[in-house]
Amino acid sequence: MNTTSNPPETARSLVVERDFPHPPEKLWRALTEGPLLEQWMMNNDFKPVVGHKFQFHAEPNPRWNGVVDCEVLVVEPFRRLSYNWGVGGSESGMQWVVAWTLTPAEGGTHLRMEQSGFSPEQKGNYQGAKYGWQKFFGNLERVIGEVE
Amino acid sequence: MQAVADNLFRALADPTRRAIFEHLARDGEQTVHALTYRAGVSQPAVSKHLGVLKRARLVRSRHQGRETHYSAQQQALAPLVDWMNLYGAFWRERFDRLEDLLKRMEP
Repeated sequence: MNTTSNPPETARSLVVERDFPHPPEKLWRALTEGPLLEQWMMNNDFKPVVGHKFQFHAEPNPRWNGVVDCEVLVVEPFRRLSYNWGVGGSESGMQWVVAWTLTPAEGGTHLRMEQSGFSPEQKGNYQGAKYGWQKFFGNLERVIGEVE
Repeated sequence: MQAVADNLFRALADPTRRAIFEHLARDGEQTVHALTYRAGVSQPAVSKHLGVLKRARLVRSRHQGRETHYSAQQQALAPLVDWMNLYGAFWRERFDRLEDLLKRMEP
């Protein structure tokens, strides 16, 4: 388990994980080489360079122009990759962070995707840690359950 | 609809507002005074947060005498649930496609 990348106060909202029978180096290529990335994600001008601003382009629909505005935040070859994930422009839009973590596993790689935060982390805010997203989402299920 | 969702996400982006909303969802209707006592921030700050929550339709207010009572409107969370379902499905599909690509790639 990787314990370094997720301090307890980090807001967590959505995690998808899977084991792949391929080495981390191969997954890293699929995550960071534009033409490969396009084959499973979306059309993009990604470069594995911290600070690089890029876009993903999906098919537009009536509610969304199909553009995701991103900026590379972390590049740690074969281990960690993360970028901002902005939809709908900087002002009125929604901002997330998408973080990829690769961990060698028996016979392959454990890949973890975490999409978190609806705004930059608000460390230091009142009860920011206590009422982080993780807890909120945990409670959400119960709250929704009570409504139905 | 999109504007409603945007308001909702913005309203819940602040941890103090999430805390206030949770108190109301858990403990039922409360006054600003009661909420202020528990929130540990000033009453004007709590009122301002309640205003944002109200615009996002997450709380409803009711006047009784000189006090205003606030209650949580859990059904306003629906876009958030939609969002989680949508993105959950989105990423699982991408993982499937990644799996296919990895099979096609040279070792």
